[in-house]
Order: sequence, then C-alpha cells, then structure tokens
Amino acid sequence: MKELKILTPHGILGYGIPEKDFWRGIDAGADAMIIDAGSTDPGPYLLGLGKMIVSREAYLRDLSLMLKACATRKVPIYLSSAGGPGINQHVDDLIDIIREIAGANGYHFKIAAIYADIDKQVIRTRLEDGRIVPCGSAPPLTADDVDQAVNVVAQMGAEPFLQVLKEHPDIDIIVAGRAYDPAPFAGLCMLHGIDPGVYWHMGKIVECGANCAEPKGKVILATVRKDSFDLEPMNPAERCTIASVAAHTLYEKTRPDLLSGPGGVLDLRGSRYEQLDERRVRVSGSVFTPSPKYQVKLEGASIVGHRTIFIGGIRDPILVGQIDGFLDKVRQDARETYPELANGQASLNFHVYGKNGVMGSTEPLIDVVPHEVGLLGEITAPTQAAANAIANSTRIAVLHNPYPGQVATAGNFAIPLNPPENPIGPVCKFSIYHLMEVDSPTELFPVRYSEI
Amino acid sequence: MASKPIRDLAKTIRSKNSGPFEITFDIIFDDTAIYQQVKESGVFTPEALCKLYGVGTDAIVAFMFFDPARAFKMTLKRSWAQGSVGERDTFGTQQHAPLMDFLVPLP
Repeated sequence: MKELKILTPHGILGYGIPEKDFWRGIDAGADAMIIDAGSTDPGPYLLGLGKMIVSREAYLRDLSLMLKACATRKVPIYLSSAGGPGINQHVDDLIDIIREIAGANGYHFKIAAIYADIDKQVIRTRLEDGRIVPCGSAPPLTADDVDQAVNVVAQMGAEPFLQVLKEHPDIDIIVAGRAYDPAPFAGLCMLHGIDPGVYWHMGKIVECGANCAEPKGKVILATVRKDSFDLEPMNPAERCTIASVAAHTLYEKTRPDLLSGPGGVLDLRGSRYEQLDERRVRVSGSVFTPSPKYQVKLEGASIVGHRTIFIGGIRDPILVGQIDGFLDKVRQDARETYPELANGQASLNFHVYGKNGVMGSTEPLIDVVPHEVGLLGEITAPTQAAANAIANSTRIAVLHNPYPGQVATAGNFAIPLNPPENPIGPVCKFSIYHLMEVDSPTELFPVRYSEI
Repeated sequence: MASKPIRDLAKTIRSKNSGPFEITFDIIFDDTAIYQQVKESGVFTPEALCKLYGVGTDAIVAFMFFDPARAFKMTLKRSWAQGSVGERDTFGTQQHAPLMDFLVPLP
C-alpha cells in the first residue's frame, strides 16, 4: 500500500461527531476510522468509580454514525480507552452498545476486544522486583497504594493492535481498553511499513481530532506514507497551518521536543512542516528511538473519603473585608468540635471565589478587596455521615458566627440551594501513575474475538 | 527601553494538565521577530516565573523555548492532587493568568 488514509471523527468518542464532516472524510477514501475515548483529565473519579466519560446515549449517537460507515462502506473502526478510563467493564459496555445498534440495523461485524485491567498480583511482584518507577512527577509507589486501588489499568502500546490486525486482517471493529492515545494509529501503520517516527507523530496529533486546525475542529483526515504524513481538517472552514500544527505538539505535554511512550521516545527536534495548500500541512523528519526496556504506564485510582459541600455568597462589605480571618475562626471552631478534622482523617476546604478561588494560596493579587465573594465549603470525611455532620456545623458557623465590627446580626451567608448542604459521594485520587516493565508488549492485554 | 506585558506580544498563553501530577504553560507567538526578541530579552528565567506562582525552582519539570513552534514552555509539578480533595482547577486551564502581565523589555 502506497498511502493510508486514517479518519479521526473526534478527539473523544461520544463528544458529538459532526455528520457532514464525517461523511466528507469517508467519501475521501478513508481506509480506517480511529478514535480514542480516554483521558485522565476529567480526574480520578472515572477510574475510581468505574464511570464513563459521557452517557450511554452519547455513545449510541456517535457509534450509530460510525457503524453505518463501517457496515455500508467497509471501513474498519479501531476504538481505544473505552469509556474513558478503559476498564474491562467499559470495553464490554461499548460492545453491548455496538451489538444493540447492529441488531437494530441488521449489521454484522467481526469484533476484537482488547482488555487492559491489570492483576494486582502482577503489580505487587514487579514492585518488589524493582520494575516499577514513578511516571513523571508522581510519588513513589507503595504496596498500600496497590492494595487500596479500586481499578488499575495499563496503557497498551501499538503491539496489541498489531497482533489483532495480523491474526484477523478482516476484523471490522477493535474495542480496546486503556491505551496510549496514539497506539491504535501506530498499530495500523506498523502493518504497512511506515516509519515509526512518522506514525507516532501523526498519532500524537490526530488522536485529538482536528484540534490542530485553526479554528480548532473535530474531524480530521491523515494521509500517511512511508516517510511523511498530511493533515486535512474535514470542515471546509478550518485549516491546518504550519503554526497551528507545530503549536499542537506542545498541547498538554510535559515538553515539546521529546515525547515518551510505550516502547520508546519520539524526538520532534528535526520535524519539518510544509504548507501543501491553504488547508493542508505535510509533516516529516521526526524520529522514534526504541527504549532499552519496554514500559507501560499503570493508572490506578482509590477512594479517599466522602464529600459534602455547601455554596453561598457574602456581600456585606465589613465581612468581605475580613473574610480570611473569619474563615480561619470557622476552621478553628470546627477542629475543636470534630477531632477527625484535627487528626487529619477529615478535611475542610474553603474556596473563596472572587478572591482566590482559582489560584488558592498562589494567587498573586492578595490586596484586592472584592465587593462580593462566593464561598464553596468542601468537607471530606471517612463516611458520608461524618462529612454531613461537619458540613452542618460549618455551614451554620459561616451563617451565624460573630465577627469584629458586625452590624448585620441576622446572618452572614446568602445560600442559593435548598437543602443548603449537599452530599456528593466518594472522592477519589490517582494513587497509581507509574511505569512498569513488561516482558513483552502484549503479555498484559488479552484479546477476545466475537461476531455479531 | 520599553516594557510590554506578554499578553500584548503572544498569540496564545495557556495552562493545562500534563497528566495528573503536572501543569504545563505554553506561550506561543505568531511573529518570528517578536518571538526572537522575547527569547533574547533574558527575562524568562526559572526564578522569575516560579516567583509568579509562589513555588521554588525545584517545581520545574521543563523550562524551554522551542523554535519550531515559536513557543516557550514551562511545566511545573502540581502541588495539589488532581481532581481530589481541595481541587480548584481539575483541568489546570485557568492557572495561566499570572503569566499574562509578565513584563518583557523590548528594544
């Protein structure tokens, strides 16, 4: 094959694929549709609570469109990081949705499921063997972190996708669990003798859809050949320019020049960008260097407590002017009433919007006195009942505590919600974000084939 | 020599998570000459930028200009857990504001 055309209908499956732009990409001769569904950006609750990033209805909507193209135009679909966190359950849930759409429309597909949940015993053994290190700025891993994690997945690289494509060249749909975002792109390109520097760079850009276009878009077509790739957004109002594509290589990455992934490092220092016409850019020159040890990134989340919140506003200028001292006193009272706050089992955080709600203690504008502040009280405790109790007394303290110079003695706090305190459930944290050595790139990612 | 805030010189100033344990800041220019002037001004030092965020230079993970994108990038360790207790910016997308008024002397 001289060239491969890969259509990416959106940066994330379920965000709403624009139909006209999508069909423009199919009509342009797409050889495959590749879309990832995952991200750690929404926070650890997806992984910790097994939630999906969008609703079932949103997946039904986007997948209906893609399955129609798959069934009627014979364009295969490779999905990765099912549901967001990419746990086994989400792979099966997406296949259920696909089965439902196929049943309603009389479609028949050959499907491969690739799973990415990792057995904790494997992690414990490799931790003891010194084969796990922190990823980037994460703290060192402890055995406790492993025990407490609710779900642990690993980001698969390209090889599990390559394995499926070699074993079943006629596969219609791959639904993969957690994967490095560019991995399905790389897996397909590996099969066609494309240079690794080319396909990793291409995958890195187009896994975000047409985010690299001006204005930022959704559907993008990448045309890949042995030593370069071209990018074209499928919305005629968007263009890829050298500046927009080069700038995208910085986006949400630690550094702009060297990008580490499963199996090696992509070096962008020699990348060349060429403007082919008003809307298309050609990229070449990036180099992939395999690393001596193949590592995959583990992601795990645990539940650290249960949270109750209250929200309100303060408009009294006498109180706004001394809000920090006032809230310090509320904190102090709460610590005296609830020993779990003093001993660290529970926590009370105030977010003071209008003052430093966004920047917290790093806010550089410390002398500005706003005319009004919004207050979010955030209480986390080992149980929901304990968080509710602390929220009760803290909210009442904010409403009724006295303060120096007070003239408004009926109450301090304008509360919009009723009930005023709201339990919002478990709070999670990323407890595992580490690189683990593997004996082979496919050993941890079992494949299951089915037909529907 | 006149000084200008970086918001008057750059096309893009943004912050975003780079994974759950880091926040990365990008400043991107659309004019090569201005990019070069900013780069050569010498005011982009780890000390000066860390001071804006009240952190020590040991929080720096990456700090570099990148010519192919006419861009400056700084990545800092997150000093609080992403999406967990006490979070104030889950995606890290509003932490760029103190950078905007950073002054750059121009010839």
